[in-house]
Amino acid sequence: MNMAVIRDAATSAPQVLPVDKATMSRTTNPMVAFERVSKRFAAGKTGAEVVALDDIELVVPRGSVTGIIGRSGAGKSTLIRLVNGLEKPSSGRVLVDGVDISGVDEKNLRAVRRSIGMIFQHFNLLSSRTAFGNVALPLEIAGMGKQDIENRVGPLLDLVGLADKRGRYPSELSGGQKQRIGIARALATEPKLLLSDEATSALDPETTRSILALLRTINKELGLTVLLITHEMEVVKAIADHVAVIDGGRIVEKGSTFDVFTGHTHETTQALLGGLAGMHLPEFLTSRMSPQPEPGSRTILRVIFKGENATEPMLARLGSELGIEVNIMAGAVDEIAGRPFGMLVVSLRADEVKIAAARQFLATHGLLSEVVGYVR
Amino acid sequence: MSADIIALIVKATGQTLYMVAVAGLIGSLFGIPLGVFLATSGRGELFAAPWVNKVLGAIVNATRSTPFIILVVAIIPFTRLVAGTSIGTTAAIVPLTIATIPFVARLVETAVREVDPGLTEAARAMGASPMQIVFKVLLAEARPGIASALTLTIVSLIGYAAMVGAIGGGGLGDLGIRYGYQRFMPDVMAVVVVVLIVLVQLVQSAGDRLARQFDKRSRPR
Repeated sequence: MNMAVIRDAATSAPQVLPVDKATMSRTTNPMVAFERVSKRFAAGKTGAEVVALDDIELVVPRGSVTGIIGRSGAGKSTLIRLVNGLEKPSSGRVLVDGVDISGVDEKNLRAVRRSIGMIFQHFNLLSSRTAFGNVALPLEIAGMGKQDIENRVGPLLDLVGLADKRGRYPSELSGGQKQRIGIARALATEPKLLLSDEATSALDPETTRSILALLRTINKELGLTVLLITHEMEVVKAIADHVAVIDGGRIVEKGSTFDVFTGHTHETTQALLGGLAGMHLPEFLTSRMSPQPEPGSRTILRVIFKGENATEPMLARLGSELGIEVNIMAGAVDEIAGRPFGMLVVSLRADEVKIAAARQFLATHGLLSEVVGYVR
Repeated sequence: MSADIIALIVKATGQTLYMVAVAGLIGSLFGIPLGVFLATSGRGELFAAPWVNKVLGAIVNATRSTPFIILVVAIIPFTRLVAGTSIGTTAAIVPLTIATIPFVARLVETAVREVDPGLTEAARAMGASPMQIVFKVLLAEARPGIASALTLTIVSLIGYAAMVGAIGGGGLGDLGIRYGYQRFMPDVMAVVVVVLIVLVQLVQSAGDRLARQFDKRSRPR
């Protein structure tokens, strides 16, 4: 199911250009830049402080879809609210399109907010207004005239595919339809940045897929930068070009989605990636596995395919060119940010010299491998 | 029942309606903004003013806990100042209004507090000013609750208006006490009670219908 979701979203997206961590941080004039941002809250009457965000350094490149992933309570909600000034940083700066948000007074902040759209987990639509009325709300707030509002809202409802629901109240719409109205509302003031606060967390997988596809379309066709926070790895995997992993108020990993998810060095990333293809060894294997080789045991190797290499029939060549018998125990192929990524757990019946040769052969063809244990 | 008595009942009904209408209108005019302020001036809220909130809250509680008949007597000097007299139907409107304001305020506060805070946040994210949030979000979303609150207020006012006979306010309650009880005319008492029941029923069903009309929250068609 999950893989189908990712496939589908990915096929509708163009091949994402790989951007490494270095170029990402050097990108000139990013849409959003967090510079040494910390946020502390006074907790209760004792005056003890809770550190919600600690020394955040992060850049959201212009035109990108950037995801921030973390468990609940990791600080991601606070982080996204710093961008439109719903929260103020305790220290550091948040630059949106080059403007330091914390230095803007309340009146000008309202103008800045009109250039930033936001969508929410629970949609936050006014129950007393129709679909049309909800999309019109930010325009009324901006002081737009009735006729102009009429002209603006129609095409937006078309864009999100709900032109026939304009007179319906939110209580008459499904979750996915409500979020589409939320998206139309967020786009009404023609923002340059869209903030997504767990926008698909209350939706079923199929609806999630359609909403993500819509966000991707908006990102591509309107050139809108999207910053989203989520606890769902599938969301980031499906549409984010860049990702930052946040835990305990700190960014523990960041970079291109593909690099972060296939490198998975930090334990939080690993925990979030729990469901990623081939990460877990099957029970039948772990129960019989020993860490040391024994006479006559087979070597269990995890082979990681990244990007284009995933399509090369390396394992077959291992047999034909090195004469090593390869037995596939477990594995899966996945797609991250539009690039294939696979992991195979194989057992090899060969001595240590041949194993070393096999790993050397794989390495020269760009495949990572690690010995995870031995089975008799 | 004599024509005189019927004329008395008609007149008393008119007095009650007059008192309820004017006190209800002025009371709401002050009570609704006060209620909105009470709901939005707590710590960290839209018009954060925790101290003002506490003081106003205390005044509202004090007024509401004073028995109405004592309030009527206690504010006689104020009534005279406002109405020019402390006796009569018009004078009775002053204490009725004073009692209505905190009553409406608390009910409106509750209705406004029931509005999902996520909506306020969404409006802030759109760049709405605090006043825009009040008018376009809070009051719009709280309309069903406010309609119910005003219905309850008017029903309560009809009851309160029965007590202002003490200062010559007249009205149905006064008629019931003076003729029905003090002059041993149970038929007058019965008619007064029936008229009051009909009035309350009418107000309640009209209010309910209004609240239902405003409420778009869960009526899938």
